[in-house]
Amino acid sequence: MSEPPERSITRDHGLALLRGMLFIRRFEEKAAELYTLGKIRGFLHLYIGEEAIAVGATRALGPEDAVVATYREHGQALARGIPPGAVMAEMYGKANGCSGGRGGSMHLFDASRRFFGGYAIVGGGLPIAVGLGLADWLQNRSRVTACFFGDGAVAEGEFHESLNLAALWKLPVLFLCENNLYAMGTALARAQSQTDLAAKAGAYLVPSERVDGMDVFAVERATARAAAAVREGGGPQFIEFLTYRFRAHSMYDPELYRTKEEVAEWKKKDPIASCRAELTRLGLIGEVDLAAIEAQVAREVDAAVAEAEAGPWEPVSDLTLHVYMRREAETR
Amino acid sequence: MKVTYREALRAALREALANDPRVFLMGEDVGRYGGSYAVSHGLLEEFGPERVRDTPLSESAFLGAGIGAAIGGMRPIVELMTVNFSLLALDQIVNNAATLRHMSGGQLGIPLVVRMATGGGRQLAAQHSHSLEGWYAHIPGIKVLTPATVTDARGMLGAALREPDPVFIFEHAMLYPTEGDLDEDALPLAEISRAAVRRVGGDVSLITYGGSLGKTLAAAATLAEHGIDAEVIDLRTLRPLDTPAILSSVAKTHRAVVIDEAWQTGSFAAEIAAQIGEGAFFELDGPVRRVCSVEVPMPYPKHLEDAALPQPQRIVEVAEEMLRRHG
Repeated sequence: MSEPPERSITRDHGLALLRGMLFIRRFEEKAAELYTLGKIRGFLHLYIGEEAIAVGATRALGPEDAVVATYREHGQALARGIPPGAVMAEMYGKANGCSGGRGGSMHLFDASRRFFGGYAIVGGGLPIAVGLGLADWLQNRSRVTACFFGDGAVAEGEFHESLNLAALWKLPVLFLCENNLYAMGTALARAQSQTDLAAKAGAYLVPSERVDGMDVFAVERATARAAAAVREGGGPQFIEFLTYRFRAHSMYDPELYRTKEEVAEWKKKDPIASCRAELTRLGLIGEVDLAAIEAQVAREVDAAVAEAEAGPWEPVSDLTLHVYMRREAETR
Repeated sequence: MKVTYREALRAALREALANDPRVFLMGEDVGRYGGSYAVSHGLLEEFGPERVRDTPLSESAFLGAGIGAAIGGMRPIVELMTVNFSLLALDQIVNNAATLRHMSGGQLGIPLVVRMATGGGRQLAAQHSHSLEGWYAHIPGIKVLTPATVTDARGMLGAALREPDPVFIFEHAMLYPTEGDLDEDALPLAEISRAAVRRVGGDVSLITYGGSLGKTLAAAATLAEHGIDAEVIDLRTLRPLDTPAILSSVAKTHRAVVIDEAWQTGSFAAEIAAQIGEGAFFELDGPVRRVCSVEVPMPYPKHLEDAALPQPQRIVEVAEEMLRRHG
């Protein structure tokens, strides 16, 4: 690390990070509540506990860069700037959702922000990211494709094929592994002979590093460094973020596979509380700021919910849209 | 002009690479080796390694990379060596290529062309010989082409590249060395959603596609010697299916035999039979019949492979049976 965080953090910067994480937290708490009310159905995978990664990592990206994410992607979508109302409406399945309501929580898209989805087949987004990188490379564009995935994806063949291909062709892909220690209910050590995931990337000669995913400042610094290396044409980079999901895998998960003590231990490393404490320690923020952020976030979450509530349902007559570009193509 | 099916495909690839800088070809051994069926022979030298890209044996990664590159503004052509190998890329095909436009509410399009060899007949046994294109035709979101003639081999690739959605081209492996007349007039706007009548007849409709077209035409010639005038329909495209062409032929002949190299159970031939049942039941003089592969993984010995695959003699027998019974 070239400089200690104290020197690089300004008040505005710190507030932006804190606010970004808090927004995701409150947004998802509201989503969970709406789930119990039946407003949101299907699977809902909460990111709570892992917010530092989406917020810290997306700050390293510019508007021309691309993001490929997983089915646990509310955090990345919001951090990337997809309007919260459009994300909430998507969870409702409304036509004003960011995917027109067709995708739901697991399949958030916003082509205008180069947010290329929510992939719910574990590992399935990695080849797509490699292809986006290939397109940029072939067109001599200095762009980065950031590809988020979890520790579970590392067990998939697509992980190995994609890292090899990206490294072989020196493609501008930033592989960001969110290691929350469980592939659904299967602990990493129960699924992997080698639990050092950065070492796996190293086997493909992809420069890799392991970073504390609960420290938003560390995430931001590491991602900025790696993104710069990718942008300079050095080929892919890999970061393993150590993190933990505080909530169940999905709303159906009774959490039989981990202890309350373990969860409690990780909650002590809450990325939002840590960030707040750090900014307070540095004298950059005070209680007034926190109250102001909370109030503003609450208003924006309420506004997102109102937008989702007010959104229209797509008419059933539109059912067969978006299968092909031209609708008649499928119904000859 | 006489050309081989392989030459026609190569000419189409060359034209696509020459005309559009967004087009590139990638797959296993498409470059230095010249293509496992020699289709892309010479293209590496002509267009260079950036546009004729040899890949590792990572079907899922390079098929998915084709999807990503298509999103990123390119026009990739991905070659999967054979349909049996394509199963390693099935996640990317079914879960991504076919769904991304839909899941994104129409924001993403995947203008991707995927080519692969299909079919049996070369004693390559049970992991290189199957005809699984019917599985692909099951999937909304992709298009499935089965060129059976050199003209379609030459013309369908260009048409596929003009499509805004993923197109899968199935090339029957037995067709590569076959020679045919290239109909230059039919090329510029090769229509990819229409069936073609390859032989006009009035007694029975023989409905087929791809590698079975030649066998079906041979059967029709034999039937003609026996006084039976068969119409041969080449589906050309399995999805979207040209149902009106099938129904209008059946309305004329009142009898239909579907010839499909896939196994009969759950086959595309079953779909054709169902379409006829739903759309032309009262036109029929008898049940729709199917000539498909015997339900066994493809055996290696020649005599057993021949027995497993649809053959002209069997098509003739079935058609004659129908005319005897219902004539």
